[in-house]
Amino acid sequence: MRVVIAEDLALLRDGLIRLLGAFGFEVVEAVDNGPSLLRALTTHRPDVAVVDVRLPPTFTDEGLRAALQAREKVPGLPILVLSQHVEQLYARELLSDSSGGIGYLLKDRVSDVAQFVDAVRRVAGGGTALDPDVVSQLLTRHAREEPLQALTPREREVLGLMAEGRSNAAIAAALFVTEKAISKHTNNIFGKLGLPQSEDDNRRVLAVLKYLGG
Amino acid sequence: MSERFADRFGAQARRAFVTVVRGLIQTVLAFAANLPLFILAVLAIVFIPLGVGVVLAPAVLLAIRGVANQQREWAAEWSGVPIPVPYRPEPAEGGPFARLRWLLTDPATWRDLLWTFLNIPVGAFLGILACSLTVYGLEGVFVAPWVAQVTAYGWGPFWPLGDYGVVGIVGTVVLGAALTVASVPLGSAVVKAHALFGQSLLAPTRNALAARVVRLTETRSDTVDASAAELRRIERDLHDGAQARLVALSMNIGLAEEMMKHDPETARQLLAEARSASGTALTELRDLVRGIHPPVLAERGLDGAVRALALSLPLPVDVRIDVPGRADAPVESAAYFAVAEILANVVKHSGAQRAWVQIEHTGDRLLMIIGDDGTGGADPAKGSGMLGIERRLGAFDGTMAVTSPPGGPTVVTMELPCALSSPKTLPSSGTA
Repeated sequence: MRVVIAEDLALLRDGLIRLLGAFGFEVVEAVDNGPSLLRALTTHRPDVAVVDVRLPPTFTDEGLRAALQAREKVPGLPILVLSQHVEQLYARELLSDSSGGIGYLLKDRVSDVAQFVDAVRRVAGGGTALDPDVVSQLLTRHAREEPLQALTPREREVLGLMAEGRSNAAIAAALFVTEKAISKHTNNIFGKLGLPQSEDDNRRVLAVLKYLGG
Repeated sequence: MSERFADRFGAQARRAFVTVVRGLIQTVLAFAANLPLFILAVLAIVFIPLGVGVVLAPAVLLAIRGVANQQREWAAEWSGVPIPVPYRPEPAEGGPFARLRWLLTDPATWRDLLWTFLNIPVGAFLGILACSLTVYGLEGVFVAPWVAQVTAYGWGPFWPLGDYGVVGIVGTVVLGAALTVASVPLGSAVVKAHALFGQSLLAPTRNALAARVVRLTETRSDTVDASAAELRRIERDLHDGAQARLVALSMNIGLAEEMMKHDPETARQLLAEARSASGTALTELRDLVRGIHPPVLAERGLDGAVRALALSLPLPVDVRIDVPGRADAPVESAAYFAVAEILANVVKHSGAQRAWVQIEHTGDRLLMIIGDDGTGGADPAKGSGMLGIERRLGAFDGTMAVTSPPGGPTVVTMELPCALSSPKTLPSSGTA
């Protein structure tokens, strides 16, 4: 799988190259600023890109802007955005084109290597990987509202993992239950929230996020 | 050579024309603004005991301030005479009486009024003088000698017309030309004299400046105290938090290194612990950074930061922001933390279902209004949070007003004087 990496700190950039390399990714280019990132994304058209939000020259949200611009030119180009802080505002912007292939994670998550690599693969496959911090903020925001009140604690847990972008199998593994039990939960959740059922994992996530983001 | 002369001639002609127009403007101002405003002001103040004046006087006095401010601008722009604005800050709250008292107790109001009166003759005289020097000179060249040939012309004593024939005509043209040339510097000098007259009454007095120094000293010492306390808090948080965790972390890793050979299982456990400790340290550092300067503020400015903040709160917040450009980083930060503190109060104390934030930049200030539909009864005198906001804003001459009747709603209005830079992103250091 071909990857482009954008990270301005050499230490972290080398770490990411080594980490992804160890898991069989081919790093086609590693850049350290916004303009080269946009060029690298549009010329290489990688299977997935791992991008830091804050990059030179302005040290603001250069990486995020480059990612959004690249996806305008190449719709659905899979990009995983990393940051020292997560903002719902940014999550919303990234998810706004609802074509999938988006990840938005705290840099800390890299330390759980297996999960991080799983998230990269998921994004590369057109799926979503949303940071648990963003999801829990979304859930707290709506916690007082009627439909979410109707969910059982277990269902809320499943909803959270689903919003992070995990498949039924992954949720089942995380909660140590069978996949069948999870699909029962998801059916209940979709029923209670009045959302349309979907076999497609990604469409399901987007429906949940749209519901929570509204 | 001749081109150069034409350029210089053009410049002098423009200067003369501009002076004539300025003289006219000053004359018109004296009669059309100063005269009626002075009469109205006297009437309004006399009628204060009758009640009508309570409403009328502030309106008239503020109109006088408007005219005086215009005069201040012209003095600086036309003659390079700087006249700072001397008024005391408007009280943040209070009804019409507080407003009236604010106006009547400000010595600048009375000096304005004196200027309004004296400028009627002074402004009119100097204004007419500034424009008539040029006009009269031109009349000597182009009008008087020729009209005098046809009809008895009221030429006045200056021109040597009448019985002198051709000599008279030539003399008049020469004199007129000389006066026209001389009127260019003279007219400017008259306009400047008028500006200096304005400065003598419209500039802040020594007392006003002294009061301003006292206020600045107060807010500066508040600011210094607050930032020293803030630095102590950050030091303590780092010392007891992230720093201590990193020590434990490196200890665990060192131990794991030792254990690797003969007890790989324990080594693995130690490494897992180390990883989770690093996660906690990162979370603490992130919260600390948010408290010092939220990254999203550096990245997106006040607009983005307040929107991001609103999205993270557990109640719907309607955000309307109209700020074309970015304020200086310290002002932006003060504005953000003020809004954040008020919204935190809304979440904690108000019991509100909804809140709204409105931020706009009008004239030379940032206006921030935050409201909620909660139970009201917020008292700015209680609670260190509100005092903290006043202090933060005070450092930039900002003000805060709270209306919060029992039963609600609560509306907090904050003003922060500031200029905006062009809407480009500001550079900052570090990475996200």
